[in-house]
Amino acid sequence: MQKLFVPFAIVAAAMFVCAPFIILAAPYESTMGLVQKIFYFHAPIAMTMFVSAFVCGIGSAIFLFTRRSGADRVAVSAAELTSVLGIIVLVTGPLWARKAWGVWWEWDARLTSTLVLWLTFQAYLLLRRYGGPGSDRLAAGVGLFGMANVPFVYWSVNVWRTLHPKTSVVPTLQPGMRGPFWFCFLAFILFFMLTLHLRTRLEKRRAELEALYLAAEE
Amino acid sequence: MTFVRTIWLITRKDLLIEARSKEILFTTLFFAVSSVLVFAFGFVREGRAVEDAAAGILWIAIAFSGTLALGRAFERERQSETLRALMIAPIPRPALYLGKLLGIVLLLAAVEAIIVPLVSLMFQAPLFTHAWLTLGLLAAGTIGFAAVGTLFAAMLVRARSRDVLLPVLLYPITIPVIIAGVRGTSALLQAEVDLPMARLWLSMLVFFDVVFVTLALWTFEPVMTE
Amino acid sequence: MSTPGGDLDFTTLTLTDVTRSFGRRRALNRVSLHARAGETIALLGPNGASKSTLLSIIATLLAPTSGEVRYGPHEGLRAGAPLRARLGLLGHDLYVYPELSPAENLRFFAKVYGVEDVERCIADALDHAGLSHRRDDPVSGFSRGMRQRLALERALLHAPRLALLDEPFTGLDDAATHALRQRLATLRNSGCIVLITTHDLETIEGIVDRAMVLRNGIAVELPVGAGSLRQRYRASLTPLSSSR
Repeated sequence: MQKLFVPFAIVAAAMFVCAPFIILAAPYESTMGLVQKIFYFHAPIAMTMFVSAFVCGIGSAIFLFTRRSGADRVAVSAAELTSVLGIIVLVTGPLWARKAWGVWWEWDARLTSTLVLWLTFQAYLLLRRYGGPGSDRLAAGVGLFGMANVPFVYWSVNVWRTLHPKTSVVPTLQPGMRGPFWFCFLAFILFFMLTLHLRTRLEKRRAELEALYLAAEE
Repeated sequence: MTFVRTIWLITRKDLLIEARSKEILFTTLFFAVSSVLVFAFGFVREGRAVEDAAAGILWIAIAFSGTLALGRAFERERQSETLRALMIAPIPRPALYLGKLLGIVLLLAAVEAIIVPLVSLMFQAPLFTHAWLTLGLLAAGTIGFAAVGTLFAAMLVRARSRDVLLPVLLYPITIPVIIAGVRGTSALLQAEVDLPMARLWLSMLVFFDVVFVTLALWTFEPVMTE
Repeated sequence: MSTPGGDLDFTTLTLTDVTRSFGRRRALNRVSLHARAGETIALLGPNGASKSTLLSIIATLLAPTSGEVRYGPHEGLRAGAPLRARLGLLGHDLYVYPELSPAENLRFFAKVYGVEDVERCIADALDHAGLSHRRDDPVSGFSRGMRQRLALERALLHAPRLALLDEPFTGLDDAATHALRQRLATLRNSGCIVLITTHDLETIEGIVDRAMVLRNGIAVELPVGAGSLRQRYRASLTPLSSSR
């Protein structure tokens, strides 16, 4: 991973530079016009956030059952990324919604699941921060439960909302839009992996520092 | 000693302790009743409750009082570190979890036995017309909420800031339970009762219970040992 | 007394290079110990010297960062419930339910440990603790000393092979202290391995076979020899270089 880091970083940077141009070139959506273009960032980030939550959940499970601290480092990094990506999604979403449909918030399955997921991982981070010693294992439990909860939240909000009339959130993709969408998705996934790697490495350095302190006391 | 008898031994001990002072039972009950009243004032317009309010008020009262009861129950264990004594005993850890879970569920059942009729009365909500379904929803929902709550409360016993962290951790995870409980109960209270809908929500709750009790049984030991 | 979950038993306790760190703080540094059935060992040391941490590790409540704990041939982490049935722990927090009476507390733990003839066992325990006359009063009304006596009996109810006692003499009056000393002598004769942490060097004089001092996470055995325990302890506290 180390050796690949710089080439990947360059690729990711290049993708982000290209992205605006590709997005601009994409066809206009019929009803929403220019505002719709926020979708090219909003949706990929949302998907990346779910990937991040999943990574945290898996890392938590591995940490709980095998006690490998490497897994815990990945889990905490992924949780932080979920939180950050979540904030971006939850800000860009209402911005788009306001312009497109005149409301700031919609209680539909996707938005609500994202909010609940974000809250769950905020709880994870709060627990790690304020829970005192031993909170890494407790937080791992929360991470695992949070990940397991995702299908339930999505399903229940979905069923709840189909009883009421609903405005469509994501239009089905026109052919011309698929290219830019997947391009941006790839860019964000790459960005996620790079940031996760950096953050995990930071945690690893911290652990090494603690070990050095202990060794120095000998 | 068999697994089931161990569970009952622990539950019986908890019930015995509670029966002495009845402290958690009374305080939780009072809290639940007060919550119902407070919500009622919030949602009653021109002397009549807003439609659908009854179901929501009922389940929110259950969630809030459940959180309170969980906190208090485990605070008790914390005071003499008796949870530690049980962890060092030769009982299987899952039995310990299930024993405490059963105790909490029974406590909440006692509270619900009071506030369900209360809500029914105050909001003219015909909660007893489809008694079995209502009971099923309440049981499945309470078990789901308590299953996650018991695990989280147990794991927070030795953590700092445990009082505020319990609701912070518990509510996001139990949102599906609340949604299912409220929507299922509403379906039974509507003018045109929607039985299939209520049954659908009940099945989801049962599924949730199975998944999360299993998950809790798996993770109880790793999460509680250092 | 029955042993639930099979008859796991052992006659030795061996700690090899047990280390436990909490972040940057090393609480235990390569502690090694070997004890045989019938031995009573005192763990001495200044406050905060991680004596309780060591007891927690031996009680399987805490995992060491490195090193190994063996109970006879059995390894700590893997042995599970059958091993726990042979351990008794008296902690700093007493592990008794204040809302229940001594009889109810003992009955609950007796059943948990699968003791045969529960009622007789409880009667004996209450007798040892001198609490038979208060057997049905809630523990919340008891003094610290009374609770301590009850907690000790609770820890020994199932005739454990290894008894871990954290400051058992705290809060005991003279009569109770004397009774406890006798109790410990009986335990020794029954082949129990007893580990006691204490500050009370005079009280344990004569009832311990060996003593170890735990300081800065390092355990040093006090040399057997002439002189009271306190003299030997004080001797060990002279500059660290002499104990290396």
